[in-house]
Amino acid sequence: MRKSEELANAQPLTPPAKIDRAKIDRAKLAELRFQVEEFYFEYAAVLDRCEIERWPAFFTEDGVYRLIARDNADANLPLSLMSCEGMGMLKDRAYAIAHTEMFAPRYIQHFISNIRVTAYDEPFITAEGNYLVLETLIDEPTRILQSGRYRDVLLMQGEALLIKERRCIYDTVLVPTCVVYPP
Amino acid sequence: MSNPTRFEEVAAFHPRGSIADLTWPADPAEIPDWVYTDQRVYDLELERIFLGPTWNYVALEAELPRPGDYIRSYIGAIPIVVTRDKAGEVHAFENRCAHRGVEFCKTYRGNAEQFICPYHQWTYDHSGALVSVPFRRGVKGKGGMPADFKPGEHNLRRLNVTRRHGVVFASVSDQMEPLEDYLGPEILDQFDTIFDGRELKILGVHRNTLPGNWKLYQENLKDPYHATLLHTYLTTFGLFVAGNKTAIMTDAKGRHSTLCNARPQGRPSDDESKTEIRSFHAAMQLADPRVIQLIPEKDTPWTSNAITIWPNLILLRQTNILGLRQIVPMGPHQFMLIWTTFGYADDTPEMEQHRLRQNNIFGPGGFLGIDDNEALKFVQDGLRRSVPRHGLAPLGKDEESEDTVITDRAIRSMYRHYRELMGL
Repeated sequence: MRKSEELANAQPLTPPAKIDRAKIDRAKLAELRFQVEEFYFEYAAVLDRCEIERWPAFFTEDGVYRLIARDNADANLPLSLMSCEGMGMLKDRAYAIAHTEMFAPRYIQHFISNIRVTAYDEPFITAEGNYLVLETLIDEPTRILQSGRYRDVLLMQGEALLIKERRCIYDTVLVPTCVVYPP
Repeated sequence: MSNPTRFEEVAAFHPRGSIADLTWPADPAEIPDWVYTDQRVYDLELERIFLGPTWNYVALEAELPRPGDYIRSYIGAIPIVVTRDKAGEVHAFENRCAHRGVEFCKTYRGNAEQFICPYHQWTYDHSGALVSVPFRRGVKGKGGMPADFKPGEHNLRRLNVTRRHGVVFASVSDQMEPLEDYLGPEILDQFDTIFDGRELKILGVHRNTLPGNWKLYQENLKDPYHATLLHTYLTTFGLFVAGNKTAIMTDAKGRHSTLCNARPQGRPSDDESKTEIRSFHAAMQLADPRVIQLIPEKDTPWTSNAITIWPNLILLRQTNILGLRQIVPMGPHQFMLIWTTFGYADDTPEMEQHRLRQNNIFGPGGFLGIDDNEALKFVQDGLRRSVPRHGLAPLGKDEESEDTVITDRAIRSMYRHYRELMGL
């Protein structure tokens, strides 16, 4: 299997921050990672409570969200499982999940690890992390919904961070039934 | 007690005894539970339907643009490989080594000079013919294959292949009619509105498992009743509404169908047909309406068309989305869906972006895809967990005008053909 980071499709659309992690001061790197980690955990907490209508607020006005199957990324195919370009599409996706889609109620839990700041260039941070989403339906055992990787360009606004672009590249190519909530 | 419906004579519905004892209900509007749950029925389906007199969708030629390209695919539940040889011919053969039965191709797609089984390096060409066997003569005059071993008798099991406008179908049967006759004129006409001879461009592939019987997916796309009720995106934005101009056509044998719908300009008004639709959200507005915007591109009155081709293909053209769904049965209680999404090679970059944006509607993460996959899982949950009964497909009539929307006619006609093939 090819490595998706070598391929154009898996690269963020937004030019990544310029200063490579190797050149960032260690104390600064630790501070940035703490900031990113806090941000990822808050994002996960909101989704894990299924408060989907709060999800768009994690993005910039022109924020991009794409959920991409690993094999499409590897083959440089542009299709996404979910794709939002800008706040309008983010809100439409959130509204559909909250009000119009028909699906069984579910609990979800995100587990995010291996968080790395890969580059930094005030006010942008390029970061990545692995994620695992577990899903539990009524009277069914908990299952792995997705194992994947975030590839992000984040915008620093003072102490706060916002997602300028998030690509979730999932290895769980054979989706079990469907993905309702965006990872 | 106001509800007179009760659990009665449950035993009469159980598929006990031999498969020959299964009796179809007398009422043609009834479908017995055991067609979705019985392992013996499933095994017979693989034999009589998928390995029987059918053309099965296996690939798009755009997935195999260059000589040596291949993809993994399926005929019924059986893994196959579809290839393009150096002369440009397309072949399909079983993904299973003739020696020890290894499923040797373990990548979704690629390009290969030859196919080499990793276990003992038996090597096959692009047509699946065995070209070499290591140590065929043994070592130092000892061992090796028997002297009378004929490689030509140990090729991979091949399938007959036919193509139309870039779509590849395969069959085990040597007695198949041409694809055009198999589809029939009504379906062929709709097929050609999607595959009009222009070169296709693959945009991507999605896959999902669905814990349900494979036939439920065929039924779902032959069922305009659900389309007008379950899917808010269709009803609220007028993409498929009971009041729209509609035509439902089947082929002469009743096995294929097409559900054509013409979307009116703008969104549907709050008229009488909406009052029965709970999924109609009169107040709903999209913050970014590009996802449902129709860019006219086809010389047809229909803005959406759901085509089912027996036994394993769904073709869907909705607004500017072009896609197909391959059904791969995985036992009576599960199937896999492979969603291949495409545009045309001569699309402008804007049109390609538009199609990609619109694809938020379909797939196992789509506004409609989620509704359908969940609903079909709920059906199988009911089948699997309760005691048998007969399902109902009672709406409409078998003889009715094509523009009847609230009808199960195409589901009933599929089961008439199914019973004939299955001898049930």
